[in-house]
Amino acid sequence: MTQAVQAAASRTVPSGAAVRLDGVSKAFGPLLALDDVSLTVGPGEFVCLLGASGCGKSTLLNLVAALDRPSAGTIDTAGRRVALMFQEPALFPWLTVTANIELALKARGVPRAERRGRAAELLALVHLAGFERKRPHQLSGGMRQRVALARALALTIDAEPAGKDRAGTLLLMDEPFGALDAMTRDLLHDEIERIWRERNLSVLFVTHNVREAVRLGDRVVLLSSRPGRVVEEFPVPLDRPRRIDSPEVAALAGTITDRLREEVGRHGA
Amino acid sequence: MAPDVRTKNDATDQESSRPEARPELSRQISGLDALELGGETRRNPAARAWSAVWPMASAVAIALLAWQVVVWSGWKPSYVLPGPADTLPELGRQVTTGSFWGAVGLTMQRAVLGFAVSVLVGTVVGALVTQSSVLRRAVGSLITGLQTMPSIAWFPLAILLFQLSEQAILFVVVLGAAPSIANGLIAGVDYTPPILLRAGKVMGLRGLNLYRHLVLPASLPSFVAGLKQGWAFAWRSLMAGELLVVISSHTSLGVLLSQAREFSQTDAMISYMIVILVIGIVMDRLFGLVDDAIRTRWGLAGD
Ligand SMILES: Nc1ncnc2c1ncn2[C@@H]1O[C@H](COP(=O)(O)OP(=O)(O)OP(=O)(O)O)[C@@H](O)[C@H]1O
Ligand SMILES: [Mg+2]
Repeated sequence: MTQAVQAAASRTVPSGAAVRLDGVSKAFGPLLALDDVSLTVGPGEFVCLLGASGCGKSTLLNLVAALDRPSAGTIDTAGRRVALMFQEPALFPWLTVTANIELALKARGVPRAERRGRAAELLALVHLAGFERKRPHQLSGGMRQRVALARALALTIDAEPAGKDRAGTLLLMDEPFGALDAMTRDLLHDEIERIWRERNLSVLFVTHNVREAVRLGDRVVLLSSRPGRVVEEFPVPLDRPRRIDSPEVAALAGTITDRLREEVGRHGA
Repeated sequence: MAPDVRTKNDATDQESSRPEARPELSRQISGLDALELGGETRRNPAARAWSAVWPMASAVAIALLAWQVVVWSGWKPSYVLPGPADTLPELGRQVTTGSFWGAVGLTMQRAVLGFAVSVLVGTVVGALVTQSSVLRRAVGSLITGLQTMPSIAWFPLAILLFQLSEQAILFVVVLGAAPSIANGLIAGVDYTPPILLRAGKVMGLRGLNLYRHLVLPASLPSFVAGLKQGWAFAWRSLMAGELLVVISSHTSLGVLLSQAREFSQTDAMISYMIVILVIGIVMDRLFGLVDDAIRTRWGLAGD
């Protein structure tokens, strides 16, 4: 682990933001979901996004993934590839678990001969080895979410040989661990952190869990209730690896929770 | 995990070895997952066959009984409405003659050809409509209109255009079946779940790949439903056609049926009707099996 930290510290990252949102607003008809959001995720940075339900977090990720257009403002991902893990698993029901992941690998240009093996590795990573031949509907909600995680991670694989100056993928995750038990979640936190470093990813991570945000993020961004605005940003100056149940994480999470309560209380019904 | 993959990429190697970093925890989680899946229940094949057969057998028995009761009531003389006791032996005799099977063969040949052409036409038209909003506005509702039109209404035109010929029958069968097939495909493509389309977009599926890996599989259940309905319409249109468009020397089921009526051989006539019914049921079951297989695979089956 210590070695990994040093490797991460010394890695070279391309200059310029992984994604820069500038004055982004999004309206659905009369409903304003996001209002003048400006936000930057640096290259190789892990940013967590917190906010009340319905404040526009998913909307924001959709905009960044170019699945939707902002009503105003600009979003610049500098030509980076974007991988998105949706709030729902969104797996293809007609494919087996392994075929779902292999399709993502194929879409990323991984040669056929390598796909089976890579999919098996990804499934082992999310602790689903042995479930390759199942179909999504045969799995529990949490297991489906882990398959979706494996698929999103498959989309961060670079088929071309990785150069030092190549920008890593921008990985967007929408409450990826919402349906998991604490034990599995803690394990997956470690895995996500490791892959983030190894693949030089930039991550924008949506969660409702303040401790999780502090456990994982370089920075925690707080959105206001609808319409979503950036209220405050909290840098997380804690050394990695962190433990979600450590006093330092708890202390910062407490501060952020207070601020979040205030925000929800101000706008809340 | 192929060893050559590992040697190529160090990161890959770490990934595969990493989950064992906390083996006891991993094992616990896998154990929990195994619990979640539960065991699959299997019944013995004889019991399954019986549970499939008995409702059908009872329905047949009730139908035969009702028929017999009507005959016993003396509503019609037995040369007009023979009972099962007279008809079933006639059916048994028919199925041992070569000419009967020749007629069934011709009818099935027409049905299969008509259905195949309908599938081709329906799929092409359906695919074009899903691709073009202009076409959709132009012919979208027309297709639904055609679907509701009784195909027998096409025969006067068909006979004018093609005389009493195979083409006249084919024409009407295709007009009867193709709209359902086209509509099945259109509905399937239209109702591809948006979240899956988004997932496909994030993966970078585009153009042909998007269709091959996402849109077509997603529309398969609806397409199969369209095929099933298309078959039913093809079969009805074909029977109407064989009764109306009688081509001399082409003895089909329809021809046998109208001949039996002309010669007042009611027992033979009812036998042919039973055959037509049975073929319809068997084909419907075949499509049903495909439909069930898809639904089970996808987890759409209600149980
Ligand atoms: N396609 C859409 N059409 C209309 N309104 C939408 C659409 N998508 C989102 N909204 C609205 O925009 C607001 C923000 O939705 P969004 O899904 O981004 O919230 P969220 O922050 O992700 O919430 P949660 O934490 O519950 O997932 C909601 O009020 C929602 O009703
Ligand atoms: Mg959301």
